[in-house]
Amino acid sequence: MNRPRGMEPMHLVFAALGGAVLLFIIAPLAGMVLSTGRSELSRTAADPAVTASVRLTLLTSMGATLILAVASVPFAWLLARRNFPLKALVNGIVDVPIVIPHSAAGIALLGVIAPGTLVGGTAERLGIEFVGGPAGIMAGMAFVSVPFLVNAARDGFAAVPLRLEQTALALGASPLRVFFTISLPLAWRSVLSGLILMWARGMSEFGAVLIIAYHPMITPVLIYERFGAFGLRYARPVSVIFIGVCLALFVVLRLVAGGRRHAGG
Amino acid sequence: MLEVDGLSKRLGDFSMRDVSFEVGAGEYFVLLGASGTGKTVLLETLTGIISPDSGRVVLRGRDITRIPPQRRSLGVVFQDQVLFPHLSVRGNIAYGPSSRRMGRAQTNKAVERLARETGAEHLLDRRPKTLSGGEAQRVALARALATGPDCLLLDEPLSSLDTVARADLRALLRRLHASGTTIVHISHDYEEAVSLATRIGVMENGTIVQTDTPEEILMHPRSEFVARFVGIRNMYRGRLERGERDASRFIGRGIELDVLTDAGPGPCVALVRGEDVTIELQHGTSSARNVIAGTVREVLPARLGFEAIIDAGVEIAAHLAGESVFRMGLRRGMSVFVSIKASAVRVIQS
Repeated sequence: MNRPRGMEPMHLVFAALGGAVLLFIIAPLAGMVLSTGRSELSRTAADPAVTASVRLTLLTSMGATLILAVASVPFAWLLARRNFPLKALVNGIVDVPIVIPHSAAGIALLGVIAPGTLVGGTAERLGIEFVGGPAGIMAGMAFVSVPFLVNAARDGFAAVPLRLEQTALALGASPLRVFFTISLPLAWRSVLSGLILMWARGMSEFGAVLIIAYHPMITPVLIYERFGAFGLRYARPVSVIFIGVCLALFVVLRLVAGGRRHAGG
Repeated sequence: MLEVDGLSKRLGDFSMRDVSFEVGAGEYFVLLGASGTGKTVLLETLTGIISPDSGRVVLRGRDITRIPPQRRSLGVVFQDQVLFPHLSVRGNIAYGPSSRRMGRAQTNKAVERLARETGAEHLLDRRPKTLSGGEAQRVALARALATGPDCLLLDEPLSSLDTVARADLRALLRRLHASGTTIVHISHDYEEAVSLATRIGVMENGTIVQTDTPEEILMHPRSEFVARFVGIRNMYRGRLERGERDASRFIGRGIELDVLTDAGPGPCVALVRGEDVTIELQHGTSSARNVIAGTVREVLPARLGFEAIIDAGVEIAAHLAGESVFRMGLRRGMSVFVSIKASAVRVIQS
């Protein structure tokens, strides 16, 4: 810190290595954007199949996030605050979707939500179609992305000073009121960041959704289909548009989330 | 008001054993103990954060041992991280009343009144982050009082404050006590205890070893631990008056002392260590400002040397080396002079 000028040789080497990693991330994306013509982009952006798939992707991933949040956020509080038998196992189970191949996850899910099964059959009678429908897409997205929300929210709740919750209880607030008026507001930044991560992860999901619902087509599936049927030239503009939409959204959300600083310090 | 009966709790290596005490309405009870003696476990048991293995907590005749924290009528101020950082001072004080479904108008009135009483009126629209330690404690007190608790539980409320804020807050606690609030205060600081308590319970090794008035605790410690922990054997209540030149005059019942202190005139407690009391057979051989005639009541062996109790209108304990006792031939009934340097008298305002 106090070195006024110059850098440790080690720092220079590390910075060069970091630069290589950054280049590895940026170069393919930049290459793709640069090799895509403006006319191609505008034509693709006007393609109803593309706009419909982008809309579907954004809405299903958002829906999956919000629906799972109702159960995951209280669950995350429990993981942060209470000790119970086999807690380590429970924490491990939460992380399972991160480590298994997503196509396998899709196959596994299909076994539960296919029309002939208990869940799938019940849903069908209620008018919800999993396989080949938005509900199935959401299931696939939720399965692979929910660990991000649970983990972020759990860390957020764990960082809320326990004494504050105890103080609120001692002041006569019910545990539910303490959760909503103390724990959740103080952990809000982490919870929000978990929601954004989960949404982002859901939006970019391909493998699990491909197995459960090829149609209606979410954008990652559409990109794959255009690549398979027409080749790189046709897959590229869709990719660029989708990446643009995702990045724009996350920049905005991060800015909004970053502006709401009030948790414990 | 608050009865604690045989509370025990095992927590890993630590155990709290058979803690019993009773706090009457309007009392100021200080639980005094070094760190690691189980004060926090006791506090958490009283508030309901942890439940005891055995024993009872009875508040105003109601057994609250198994009642969850939110339904005990106790006002709690924890040592640190006291305020809700995302709420304004007003929101903090109003938290209890609105949790108990008090109407908005009534809540507002209560908030204003308590802020006035605790001297936090000008802070109402501030955020906790912008408050000093003393201000935060005032707000925490107002918030704890806002639910109209039967008893106030304070966990080291002064320990993180600077000297000035500490004196201010002590005055506030004294005012709250004078207005009839029952207070249980946890502390490791005997000065704090002496200046505030009507009674003190001394904790050692997870249990209460002595419960008594501050005078009794200091002058008649019932165990080695208490004696060493407080370290002060002579305590006198009285008032301080301005004396000649730089000295002030302490006037107590049966004893007057010249003292050297920054404290201003008013009611106070004077404390003198046994080590700071010298015994002479003739008057006028020392430089001490205070020389008092008295009679030896007892000479007792202490952990190191001896302790002589002198009756000089009041009881004065002197801690002496064995060599001095033998040289002077100190024994019961002997007339002696006790001398105490003005600078050895510790004055605590009360």
